[in-house]
Amino acid sequence: MSEQDPKLLLQPAPLLQQGMTTPQAMKDVWIALAPATLFGIWHFGISSLLVIIATIVGAVVTEWAFTPAAKRQIVLSDWSGALTGLLLALTLPPGLPLWMAFLGGAVSTGLGKVMWGGLGNNLFNPALVGRAFLLATFPIAMTTWHGAPDGFFTIHASNLAMPLMQSATDAISQATPLGLMKFEQSATATGSLLLGTTTGSLGETSALLLLLGGIFLILRRDIDWRIPVAIFVTAALFSMIINSVDAMKYPAPLFTLFSGGMMLGALFMAPDPVTSPLTPKGAIIFGVGVGLLVVLIRVWGGLPEGMMYAILLMNAATPLIDRVTQPRVFGRAKSNGGAK
Amino acid sequence: MAKKLDSYEEMIKGLWRENPVFVQVLGMCPMLAVTNSAVNAVVMGVATFFVLVSSSFLVSSFRGVIPKQVRISIYVVIIATFVTVADYTLLALVPAIHKELGAFIPLIVANCMILGRQEAYASKNSVKFAVLDAIGTAGGFMFALLALGGVREILGEGKIFGVPLFGDNFEPWVIMILPPGGFITLGLILLFFNWVTARRAARNQLQPQPVGSDIR
Repeated sequence: MSEQDPKLLLQPAPLLQQGMTTPQAMKDVWIALAPATLFGIWHFGISSLLVIIATIVGAVVTEWAFTPAAKRQIVLSDWSGALTGLLLALTLPPGLPLWMAFLGGAVSTGLGKVMWGGLGNNLFNPALVGRAFLLATFPIAMTTWHGAPDGFFTIHASNLAMPLMQSATDAISQATPLGLMKFEQSATATGSLLLGTTTGSLGETSALLLLLGGIFLILRRDIDWRIPVAIFVTAALFSMIINSVDAMKYPAPLFTLFSGGMMLGALFMAPDPVTSPLTPKGAIIFGVGVGLLVVLIRVWGGLPEGMMYAILLMNAATPLIDRVTQPRVFGRAKSNGGAK
Repeated sequence: MAKKLDSYEEMIKGLWRENPVFVQVLGMCPMLAVTNSAVNAVVMGVATFFVLVSSSFLVSSFRGVIPKQVRISIYVVIIATFVTVADYTLLALVPAIHKELGAFIPLIVANCMILGRQEAYASKNSVKFAVLDAIGTAGGFMFALLALGGVREILGEGKIFGVPLFGDNFEPWVIMILPPGGFITLGLILLFFNWVTARRAARNQLQPQPVGSDIR
């Protein structure tokens, strides 16, 4: 079938070809993440770019090392390894030592993806596996938040710590909007949350640009719109209810939606096609679960941010959700629960 | 036993080829629970070594008179006796570590590796081979505990046997001291063992045998 005759097209059955391939979907995500990433680099300075490079290098090197030589060309050319690194970097504090960022990239690809058999076989979102590992391993460095630096080219001293060593100088940590909410009950203005001029992880602050990227992905049908919508609706409703009980103590719905990793998680991590349910009904159950868990962890949990654990927990439930919500095969009798 | 046993081979097999932890995947409970430092790992290893060698000796000596119907309970009584001895000895000699190991010393009774050796080997072989087999297996177990405990202490605290390796500025990997660190490290070591086995099998033109396929 290699010869192309313009008058008579002879080829086997699927005559209409869809442009949607894995490398194409990955490229779409890169495009969608670009505005928020560039904003993060502009806002947090050159050190955030260094962190991004370190995680991407960590992720790609690990993928390269653990892929059989014959498959490297295929596996590395779909951009998914580097995307894992970028997604991880966006959830890290900009002042993180670069060796930790590198380690995080290596762990997210190694433990989160390669070990399961590569792209498409992993149970958990690789980037979040890397972040969970880093948060459990280096709790202090992972919760030291730097604000915007003095100038664009200022590199935080903590970025340049030697491998295995702490950063020599004491970092000045600033509270994130979520930290302020949790420990001082003071809400940050929704405007600056939307624009992203707050402290936080280097790619999560600008809710508006992330939303823009998410809408692009939904329009390109790279992700299932039901998941982010279900997350937003559930989280907003839940926080509206608790906010109406005690407005001083609990965050308002808008704050819940635009603060922390909500946008990044709901639009770029939860709807990851590999780790979220395939069925429409399952997608909604998944989204509702994430939305409930986020607010639960943020309000009553020990940590200010709960997006990561909410998504990881629902990732674990995904195979079960998929099994329970399997649609009835056309023409077959209804079975109870659909699990049979 | 029709096959003639080679005493060196019977002892050495437990260290690597039939390593109780890395190949047979037995004794996981103490493996994961007490290996957050190298010292704990060594004490646990010594206690298990003592219990396994002594009970193999006793079980093998009495293998002709133990009634088949109640053999398991008799093995357990024998093992429990030596565990009690080990428990009180550790309490007298190293009370601090005994306190840290806590319930895991009495739980040596429940270590399936020990009961497994009695059932599979000591009850069928002469005293000499039973003791050699026990020494090999317990040595392999100790090696595994030390490997895991060493990695976890080096990364988790920057020390080995309490001696600092990296100076004051070391950033401890908190997760390594916690249970997830045990699981991750053990998983990676098993991965390494499987990789070595697969490579060796490929070199010998044989099918690789994944870990766990030969559990008895």
